[in-house]
Amino acid sequence: MRRAPNAIFKSLADPTRRALFERLSHEGEQTVRVLTRHSGVSQPAVSKHLGVLKRAGLVRARHRGRQTHYRAQPRGLAPLVDWMSYYSRFWHDQFDRLEDLLERMDE
Amino acid sequence: MTTPATRSLMIEKELPYSPEKIWRALTQGSLIKEWLMDNDFQPVVGHKFNFRSTPAPNWNGVIDSEVLVIEPNKKLSYRWNALGLESVVVWTLLPTSGGTLLRMEHSGFRSDQDAAYKGASYGWQKFIGGLERLVASLQ
Repeated sequence: MRRAPNAIFKSLADPTRRALFERLSHEGEQTVRVLTRHSGVSQPAVSKHLGVLKRAGLVRARHRGRQTHYRAQPRGLAPLVDWMSYYSRFWHDQFDRLEDLLERMDE
Repeated sequence: MTTPATRSLMIEKELPYSPEKIWRALTQGSLIKEWLMDNDFQPVVGHKFNFRSTPAPNWNGVIDSEVLVIEPNKKLSYRWNALGLESVVVWTLLPTSGGTLLRMEHSGFRSDQDAAYKGASYGWQKFIGGLERLVASLQ
């Protein structure tokens, strides 16, 4: 499912969530308990942050026994990358329009 | 120290026009509207304004902006805040023998020393640096 870029930006604007996402990206799947140990905030806070990341499509949860394991979903970042390519096209088009305007303008 | 590896977009083109003429196209509201977007731009540092484009799904089409740099015929910079991303656009005009070398740089972060902004942008710079590696690993 495609998410709007603003949901992704918002979820990653928080430094704790960004750290959680980066950790999951680099270390692979981790339990909430392990993530809490490295995060410097409480377990309920970590769970809440993970919920936000999950809703933004950036992590996936897997329940095993009493533990919840989280995994990064790097593909969730795709709309963010689309954003860059969007602006690349945008500015090239605007440059063309600016040149057209300059041609029409008086000195 | 800022990371040189920040994600930014740069377009550079030599145009057969004087810097003065290009400056007008970049800084007069009615002219900006012709090639960029409707706006209430004023060439005054600190002036807060909007660019307005057609609303799209999940977006009202409004870009929040503020003039950051005005150096007539040389350099222009404004904020470009939309869709939750705070970015900055910098225009540089360099006179050449045949006209002007016009450069536009759109970056996610300010590179200046604004202390209030620095804390917030630092994390993003770091994050975007890692983003490219992450995206590369998707292949």
